[in-house]
Amino acid sequence: MIHSLFLINPSGDIFLEKHWKSVVSRSVCDYFLEAKEKALEPEDVPPVIHTPRHYLISIYRDKLFFLSVIQTEVPPLFVIEFLHRVAEMIQDYFGECSETVVKDNMVMVYELLEEMLDNGFPLATESNVLKEMIRPPTILRSVVNTLTGTSNIGDTLPTGQLSTIPWRRAGVKYTNNEAYFDVVEEIDAILDQSGTTVFAEIQGVVGACVKLSGMPDLTLSFMNPRLLDDVSFHPCVRYKRWESERVLSFIPPDGNFTLMTYHVNAQNLVAIPVYVKQSISFFESGSGGRLDVTVGPKQTMGKTVEGVMVTVHLPKTILSVNLTATQGSYTYDNGTKLLVWDIGKLNPQKLPNLRGSLSLQAGAPKPEENPSLNIDLKIQQLAISGLKVNRLDMFGEKYKPFKGVKYITKAGKFQVRT
Amino acid sequence: HESIPGYISESCLVYKRASAMNDDLKEMLESNKESLKLEAMKRVVGLIAKGKNASELFPAVVKNVASKNIEVLKKLVYVYLVRYAEEQQDLALLSISTFQRALKDPNQLIRASALRVLSSIRVPIIVPIMMLAIKEAASDMSPYVRKTSAHAIQKLYSLDQDQKDLLIEVIEKLLKDKSTLVAGSVVMAFEEVCPDRIDLIHKNYRKLCNLLVDVEEWGQVVIISMLTRYARTQFTSPWKEDGVFDEHSERAFYESDEEKTRNEPEAKPYMMDPDHRLLLRNTKPLLQSRNTAVVMSVAQLYWHLAPKNEVSIVTKSLVRLLRSHREVQYIVLQNIASMSIQRKGMFEPYMKSFYVRSTDATHIKSLKLEILTSLANEANISTVLREFQTYVKSQDKEFAAGTIQAIGRCATNISEVTDTCLNGLVLLLSNRDETVVAESVVVIRKLLQTQPTQHSDIIKHMAKLFDNITVPMARASILWLMGEYCERVPKIAPDVLRKMAKSFTSEEDIVKLQTVNLAAKLYLTNSKQTKLLTQYILNLGKYDQNYDIRDRTRFIRQLIVPNDKNGALSKYAHRILLAPKPAPLLESAYKDRDRYQLGTLSHTINTKASGYLELSDWPAVAPDQSVRNVEVIEPVKIHHFIFPSTAHPTPALHQGWSWSTLSPKLQINFSGSDAESRVENSSQSSEESDESSSQSEKSSSESESDSEKKKRKTKTPLQKKTVKPTAKDGPYLSKCYQPTFCSSDLFIFSLILSVCPPVYSALSPLSLSFPLQVSGPAFVPEKSHDLLHRMTGKGLSAQYQFPRQPCLYQPTMVSVQISLTNTSDHPLEQIHIGDRSPTGLNIHCFNTVECLEPEASVTVFMGIDFNDSTQAANFQLCTKEDHFSVSIQPAVGDLFLPITMTELDFRKEQGELSYSVNYKKYHNHYLTHLVSPVPCRFAGKTASSGAVVLVTVELRESSTALITINTEKSVMGSMLLRDLKQALAQA
Repeated sequence: MIHSLFLINPSGDIFLEKHWKSVVSRSVCDYFLEAKEKALEPEDVPPVIHTPRHYLISIYRDKLFFLSVIQTEVPPLFVIEFLHRVAEMIQDYFGECSETVVKDNMVMVYELLEEMLDNGFPLATESNVLKEMIRPPTILRSVVNTLTGTSNIGDTLPTGQLSTIPWRRAGVKYTNNEAYFDVVEEIDAILDQSGTTVFAEIQGVVGACVKLSGMPDLTLSFMNPRLLDDVSFHPCVRYKRWESERVLSFIPPDGNFTLMTYHVNAQNLVAIPVYVKQSISFFESGSGGRLDVTVGPKQTMGKTVEGVMVTVHLPKTILSVNLTATQGSYTYDNGTKLLVWDIGKLNPQKLPNLRGSLSLQAGAPKPEENPSLNIDLKIQQLAISGLKVNRLDMFGEKYKPFKGVKYITKAGKFQVRT
Repeated sequence: HESIPGYISESCLVYKRASAMNDDLKEMLESNKESLKLEAMKRVVGLIAKGKNASELFPAVVKNVASKNIEVLKKLVYVYLVRYAEEQQDLALLSISTFQRALKDPNQLIRASALRVLSSIRVPIIVPIMMLAIKEAASDMSPYVRKTSAHAIQKLYSLDQDQKDLLIEVIEKLLKDKSTLVAGSVVMAFEEVCPDRIDLIHKNYRKLCNLLVDVEEWGQVVIISMLTRYARTQFTSPWKEDGVFDEHSERAFYESDEEKTRNEPEAKPYMMDPDHRLLLRNTKPLLQSRNTAVVMSVAQLYWHLAPKNEVSIVTKSLVRLLRSHREVQYIVLQNIASMSIQRKGMFEPYMKSFYVRSTDATHIKSLKLEILTSLANEANISTVLREFQTYVKSQDKEFAAGTIQAIGRCATNISEVTDTCLNGLVLLLSNRDETVVAESVVVIRKLLQTQPTQHSDIIKHMAKLFDNITVPMARASILWLMGEYCERVPKIAPDVLRKMAKSFTSEEDIVKLQTVNLAAKLYLTNSKQTKLLTQYILNLGKYDQNYDIRDRTRFIRQLIVPNDKNGALSKYAHRILLAPKPAPLLESAYKDRDRYQLGTLSHTINTKASGYLELSDWPAVAPDQSVRNVEVIEPVKIHHFIFPSTAHPTPALHQGWSWSTLSPKLQINFSGSDAESRVENSSQSSEESDESSSQSEKSSSESESDSEKKKRKTKTPLQKKTVKPTAKDGPYLSKCYQPTFCSSDLFIFSLILSVCPPVYSALSPLSLSFPLQVSGPAFVPEKSHDLLHRMTGKGLSAQYQFPRQPCLYQPTMVSVQISLTNTSDHPLEQIHIGDRSPTGLNIHCFNTVECLEPEASVTVFMGIDFNDSTQAANFQLCTKEDHFSVSIQPAVGDLFLPITMTELDFRKEQGELSYSVNYKKYHNHYLTHLVSPVPCRFAGKTASSGAVVLVTVELRESSTALITINTEKSVMGSMLLRDLKQALAQA
């Protein structure tokens, strides 16, 4: 299956390699680097590259390329999914996934990779199991390690792998038993020039942070599970229970995890929390143009819209911008032609506006298309679909846990065409 | 001159530094201090990770392989060893004995890790040792070690292919394994070593299907893809329309009536093999997996195996994956592109999910475009075209060009919009961007070719634009159009040629070629005006730098200019050059992709990847289905006599049902002489052992006094009994129509009956195998509980009771029997069930009792799904005037249904359950005072989720016994145990 893994930074340096079968020379990466040179953006590098002897499957994430070498037929998604798990694992262990972090923890990352695959086939990918074998670093532990020369590799052997619930480690103990759930919904939308919704849907994630002792058996139910059109679950969720009663019944992993993701039926009308009035125009003469954007609240269910941000990829021929914002501040990077207007909280009484002039490079023709606006926003304490958690019950343990649910709505891929 | 020595010394320094570092490391590794060694090993592993060579240190490192002190150090040494053993084979051999020793370690994890490292050392000399280790590990107690051995199989196979036969034996053995831990890994080994040995799968097919949901996600992917291949060889096609129907009609045509009648049975309607259905059913829940690879593999399974009308259930999940990472989107979109060509309808409702965003990566954009084009039909074309209009304006010109091609495809596929598209494209010709214009010209050319008659206006328009268009392909296309349809634009064409003659030398090759073509065609149709121009161009072409152009010029000249030598051919020049040409087909690049199995690497790269396994065609006739039957040594089927609860009359319907389902089986039970003897045997012993049972033997229905008597009696056996151990290794025969008891069972059984009515009776003493078969309860407690007191109920009193029958209404429900009595002096009307809480509570209500006369009572049945919890079900009992909130609280025992299984299955099941349970500490051992010479076993399953609950009572010492409860339902298990303990304590 997966033969080797190379970690490559955006400038093309290979800074980590791991082989699960015989060693493959790193010259195999040249094919990839060639493709990378050709692509305009790192995102445009094709995920699957066919070379004479190997197949290269790569992902680009957190400004790093994870490149795996494959020799025989394997479902590409299998590899891609695994590579993302590697990135998530690094993130989980060290707080972020970046070149410096990997370089600083080279040995540990290498050991983790060793445990994750055996002969190229995934062996332990559950964070709970891995953490039992190789403890994540903490400041205290690294001080102790340097003083005593010990390491983070656990003395205990992993028991999680042996159990039928590999996602949970045994013997969990907390003094404060808590279970928090975050219902995060993202609105994906495309609005056209006139503000009409071309396409809108809601994607939700129920994230959890469960710190409960022992082997708790949780049941989470919703007030209105009918809203959920399509769902996917963490392996801990009992599917049959969901099928028959629409409740989530599970023995949770320890710590942070994604319990479920869902999709709200797109046929229903999706509430669009903001409206955008915009006019971007270029003079026929081709010397410049005007930009005028106003953002206002629309269907917000009485909540405040925060963290509003408008991002515009201006045409390449733009030379400079001269704008004024009535609220927040804007930045413009002439290299990437990226205009970012950070508005912050929306005030319905005084709508934020950004206007001013754009000047084009001398002699450049009038741009063919107006750039589209990407909107970012956040609404606390609201799941825009109206989904509500009904109750959380715990069985199997005696103590009373502290429970909490938080709702948040965000803009996903929210685009306004102009 | 000074700089060069400087360079040399610097590189020397680097070299020296490297070797000095190695020396340092060597020293550290050889020191006595563990901490130094550890530090050194860390650095060495760091070097390996960076891809630096650390092979020099091999001797120093390998010495530490037997290090006893720290687990950590050992692990790092292993890492090193696996990396360099291949290069230093002789030295590597020194470490082997350590691993051989570790293979015998009592700790399963150490055994597993030893096998893992041993098998990763790619040294051919140790092949026999590896083989031996794998064989032993394959029969290890621990499933984890067995899993490791499955991985080792693949490693050994890649090292030495001659071991294949021996390895297949191991695979065969491991395929029989029932542990979910092993399943994925062994199927992986199977796929790598012997994918063609489909015969090994037969017997394990059903097991694999059933285990699938519980296998870890990566294993699921592998198993599903293997089962897809398997199914295509074993089942007949469910896509009946294409195959069966055609065949039938053909036969009707060719064959005589007589033959037709003979063949009739063949043409019987398609029936799906139950095993085929099993696979489809068991993979469906996995569409909800968080792992995108699993979802994709289920989707491809449905695509390749499901009847056409069922395939669309995967649509939603595939569309969901589009929210995932960019790379995932890429693969999923590719597969959707292939699917949407054959089955537009599948993705049409989700068309908007394929709308392109300006932030999408280039390859994602073009795939979405591809799919949108495939999905376009008469109904939605206007929406699609409107969407395309925005794309054409995109800043990403490559994408805009792609969109124009897509418009062209829509125009050819949907004849209604051809004109609209063409006009739109013509408008694009005045676009400022060159690529857009060029692409439009090319697409227009293709479109015009399909309907050449009507569009001379467009050709004229293009001729006008010709001067402004600089992209060679576009210019060439216009020239070709001019030439092809020169008769429709007789005035313009020669003028274009004139312009071209002027600029000929500075044009691109492709334009030159088309100029020559144009010249030739005009010469043939309008030689008066163009003769000179043509000659001029041919002369220029003759001396061109490019071979092709010189070649073409020569050929054209010979063809069109008549001379003496080749008069024969020039006669046909007109027909050769101006022959009607077929229109180019605008079709998808994904058209034939589905010759590869979806979701595979081969599908993605559109060539056969090495190791790709072909999906075979459906067989015309299904191979023998019985190969998948698993031989179970048919144990005597045992059915428990249902103690009719005499305290209250059981309605006929209910009783009738249970008997009728049970009785056919009874006949089977007694067909074997073995069974009979056992019945005899046990009945004898039961006579000896317990009076009450012999009483029960005599009468098939017990009176209330009987059961009371029994209760009384069974309180004593602790002191007085010696029980014959019968049927030790066979199934325990507990009861049959004529209730007879195997003594030991009965013993415990009756004991339990007396001591622990709410619990134990719901579990049946064991017998039979999978699938879990529900049998009748062995004991039904007569105790009824108050549901509604007559005082609070204003005259209506209700009592409930659990008859412990499988619920008629739904298998997950527990049936509840309610007796309603009217104690008031007036009739009560319309007694029914009202609101319930929790709201999700699944209740099957009884039919409304229209009227209940004073002093009359009625018994009704309802079903409640308690979800395997003892939480009370609250609901309202309503009459016409009032409603009363009532609640039903089940005891743990009421939530079980007895099942029968063989002792063998029991043990296996127990082994699997105790594993998880043991670890999870659900496994409880309690010593209680019990006397029984043989272990007694009781099996049941929970009503709602069907989780197996196994109870074993085992004698430990003279006065103590061990109760083991195996179940995955931890809560239920502990509650059951608590109840048992209480009950036994009372006894």
